[in-house]
Amino acid sequence: MDSITSIAMVSIITAGLTTGIGCMLPALSEGKAAATALSSIAQQPDAAPIITRTLYVSLAMIESTAIYCFVVSMILIFANPFWNHVIAK
Amino acid sequence: MKLSPDQTIFWQHGFVTINLTIVTTWAIMLILVMGSILVTRKLKTGIKISWWQSILEMLVTTMSNEIKGIGLDQPKQYIGFIGTLFLFIAVSNIAIMLPFYEPPTGSLSTTAALAISVFFAVPFFGISKSGIGGYLKTYIQPTVVMLPFNIISELSRTLALAVRLFGNIMSGGMIVAILLSISPFIFPVVMKVLGLLTGMVQAYIFGILATVYIAAAVHKTPEPAAANPTSNKLKSDNNG
Repeated sequence: MDSITSIAMVSIITAGLTTGIGCMLPALSEGKAAATALSSIAQQPDAAPIITRTLYVSLAMIESTAIYCFVVSMILIFANPFWNHVIAK
Repeated sequence: MKLSPDQTIFWQHGFVTINLTIVTTWAIMLILVMGSILVTRKLKTGIKISWWQSILEMLVTTMSNEIKGIGLDQPKQYIGFIGTLFLFIAVSNIAIMLPFYEPPTGSLSTTAALAISVFFAVPFFGISKSGIGGYLKTYIQPTVVMLPFNIISELSRTLALAVRLFGNIMSGGMIVAILLSISPFIFPVVMKVLGLLTGMVQAYIFGILATVYIAAAVHKTPEPAAANPTSNKLKSDNNG
């Protein structure tokens, strides 16, 4: 197996794994955050605007880890630096 | 497949490149500035005000209330910066309704520029509020040991701001592009509607995060308004 094939194979498998795992865990934690925010809104409806704003900020923070994984897998598929290096040789 | 509108190049000479990102950014800036100038040219104070003036008033009031809710007591100082960020990102994300339009926020260079302006705005507002000494003191809160971590967090949150916005908008465009090749009739429209929602949420979050960072630099204690409900929640969780 030459280096181009192995780089392509490793990149594709890693990209899939990155997006898979990186969607799974942030989804779990986002669900947890949303569930706790909902139950606290149910307990204190007066504090709903503050809770919602905090929820948005924390969801964005959690979401960004998933986005990092997505960006990494996009780089691996569409703009792979190792691939370009081998091709240029 | 194109990752960003940076790769659509109209004109290039040496290191000066005019690409789609620059063109759409300037178009949006022009629309925002000219629109605001046209609306604010004849402001009225009576009961009957024009349609556009009431929209602008609503926007400004909502934004200053949000800024005030995070803990910045005089939103008039900050609304120029934060409101501009929010409006620019919101307009450039909403305009994906237009055909052949690619949002400039889907390019890492635009979002990096926005994040860097936040990076410089934080010390600017911090110093103008409490002086250089007072601002530098926020780096050794709560103890001196935290100094390197505070510096690292300053840098990493700038990176996070840029990559978050870029990743969200780019992924929206890419999902539509991939779905167009699989099921080209109805489903991409649904994803585009979802993209409108994500775009608004991202614009809101970018503004809120910039406000939170500035508030943390201006005050001694960061996020005073946001800290309370979580602690109440934790308490009630422990009780139940």
